[in-house]
Amino acid sequence: MRLDDSDRRLLRQLIAAPEAATSDLAERAGLTEPTCWRRLERLRATGILRGQCAVINWRALGYQVEVSLRLTLDKTDPRAFDDFIARARLVPEVLEIQTFLGRVDVRLNLIARDMAHYQQIYRDRILTLPHIADLEALMHLSDIKAEESLPL
Amino acid sequence: MIDIDATDRALLRALTVDATQSASALGRKLGLSQPATWRRLKRLREGGAIARQRVDLDLAALGFGVTVFLGVSLAAKGRVSLADFERAVSAIPEVQTVQHVLGLYDYRLRVVARDLSDFERILRRRILTLPGIGAVDANVLLSEERLPGPL
Repeated sequence: MRLDDSDRRLLRQLIAAPEAATSDLAERAGLTEPTCWRRLERLRATGILRGQCAVINWRALGYQVEVSLRLTLDKTDPRAFDDFIARARLVPEVLEIQTFLGRVDVRLNLIARDMAHYQQIYRDRILTLPHIADLEALMHLSDIKAEESLPL
Repeated sequence: MIDIDATDRALLRALTVDATQSASALGRKLGLSQPATWRRLKRLREGGAIARQRVDLDLAALGFGVTVFLGVSLAAKGRVSLADFERAVSAIPEVQTVQHVLGLYDYRLRVVARDLSDFERILRRRILTLPGIGAVDANVLLSEERLPGPL
């Protein structure tokens, strides 16, 4: 599907204010409400717009610690990635699993209630995951930019 | 901090899948009345349990074939203003997220590009020219999955 300028404007406004009603969105994108609605439907139908999801504020739910764990795996075992990812999925505090081409193989985004809780998850659930060759942790201090804007 | 019970957890889990569902649709799924659902949603929103909504887009279909995570260290700590760096990096349209981190790097950036040569252009012209920039480590994203978390 080819996007025109109106589609791009619409997506930019949607990313900036996902909660906005269709009428507000239409006004911001300079479209009439029926046109805006039709274009959104078309973006959904073609699979470009997959949906809108709530992002949980884990701090408000009592999770004060967020850590990015960057791992290298022992790739001599061909099943290293699959085994590792299948087991990492079972750790409830893991929010994201990403795989990379580069110095890092896998990254886990992990939350914990406090440092003691983190220490416990790290020792009991992370270090026991299969095929880990090396890992390093980045402690998340703050989000400077979070809205995942796009240069549309 | 807001206390939540099993029903609140189920509500939050449903919203992380689709945030546009109405209170009545959510209520039907969870066997709650519409007013009860609405009251719970109001309490969760007011308690700050939901940070924001994220628009889930097919980046490849939009022409963004490459996502790269950059670990960035500042060159001369203390001499560059963190606020200046943060303002400049946040203004780059291709930089989707900026996280201030503690560890091997100072900042973690998520960057989208059309392809690897487009990424090289962004890196040279926009990232490496940032005030106070030091070492940069790049990892190209191959796959990504988001999990519901402890809900």
